[in-house]
Amino acid sequence: MNAPILADLLAVFAPLSFLTIGGGPSIVADIHRQAVDIYGWLTESEFMDLFAISRITPGPGSLLVTLVGYRVAGGLGALIASVAIFVPSSLLVYGLARLWARHREATWTRVIQAGLVPVAAGMILAASCTVLRAAEGGPWAWSVAAASTLALMYTRINPFLLLGAGALVFLAVLS
Amino acid sequence: MAAIFLAFAKIGLTSFGGGLSGWMLREFVERRRWMSEEEFLSGLALAQAFPGVNVVNLSIWLGYRLRAGRGALLGALGITLPPMLLAVVLAAVLTRLAQSQHVHLALAGVAAAAVGLSLQTGLRAARRAVQGLVPALILALTFAGIFLLRLPLLWVVAAMVPCSIFAAYLRVRGGRLR
Repeated sequence: MNAPILADLLAVFAPLSFLTIGGGPSIVADIHRQAVDIYGWLTESEFMDLFAISRITPGPGSLLVTLVGYRVAGGLGALIASVAIFVPSSLLVYGLARLWARHREATWTRVIQAGLVPVAAGMILAASCTVLRAAEGGPWAWSVAAASTLALMYTRINPFLLLGAGALVFLAVLS
Repeated sequence: MAAIFLAFAKIGLTSFGGGLSGWMLREFVERRRWMSEEEFLSGLALAQAFPGVNVVNLSIWLGYRLRAGRGALLGALGITLPPMLLAVVLAAVLTRLAQSQHVHLALAGVAAAAVGLSLQTGLRAARRAVQGLVPALILALTFAGIFLLRLPLLWVVAAMVPCSIFAAYLRVRGGRLR
C-alpha cells in the first residue's frame, strides 16, 4: 500500500476533525476542495457519486470521508480516513463532556455555545452551496435542492422518499 | 454493555437521510427510558456546539452518561462501524454501476435532494443565530469566505470563531443573552 497517500489522508482529515462545528455537513466544502482541487484524488463527478452514496447510506453523513479514503487507497485508506475524521474530535468531546458536566450553568459555557452558532450556520450553508455548484444538472440541481429543503421545513415527509424523488426527477429530465 | 452497542448500531443502520438525533431521542428517552429528556437535550446542545460529528459526539456523551468511559467507547463504535462497512460495500458496488449513465444520473439526483437536508439544518441554525447585526455579519462573512472566496476552512474558522465568541461575551455582559 502506498504510504505517502495514507499520510496525506491523515494530514487532510485529522485537522478537519476539529473543524466539524455544527456537524458533518460543515466540512463538505473543504473535503471537496482538498480531494478534487488540491490533491486530485477524485474528479468532480466521482466526488458527486460518493457524496450521493454517503447520503443514501444510513448513519453519519461524514461517512463521505470513509468513502474518499476507500476510493483513494482501498480498505486501509477507508480505515485511516475514518480514524482521522472521527478520533481526534471524539477525544476532545470526551474530555469536554466531563468538564461540561461540572460547569453546566457557568457563563463561559453559554458564551461559547452562543458564539459558535453563527459560524456553524455560515459553514453549513456554504457547504450546501459548494455541493450544488459542483453538481451536475445546473439549475435542476438547485431546484431539486430547494424543493427538498422546503418539503423538509414544512412537512413531515420521510427524507428517504425525497432522495428517491430527486433521483427520479434527474432520470426523467436529464437522460 | 452489549445492549448499549446494539442500541447505537441499530440507530446507525436504520436512520436514513440524517436526523439521527431524533431517532436517538425516541430510542433512548421514549422507548428504553435510559435517561430523561432534559439530560438528552443538554447532551445534544453540547454535541452541536463542539467540533466533531454531531451524532458521534452525542453518542459519546450519551454512552458516557450510561456507563462512563466504556459506554462512551461503545456508543461511538456502535454508531460509526456498522454503517461504515455498509457504505464501503455500497460504494464498491455502485461506483462500478455508475459507469452507466442512468445510475450516475440517479446518484446526481439523490445528491441534489440530499443537499436539502443540510440546507434545512443551516437555515434553522441561521434563524437561531441571527439575533442582531453582529451575528448576522459573522454568518455572512463565514459563508462568503468559504463559498465565494473558496478560502481554506481552517482560516475562516480561526478568524471567525474568536470574533463570534467575543461578541457573544459582550452580549452576555450587556444582559442581552440569557
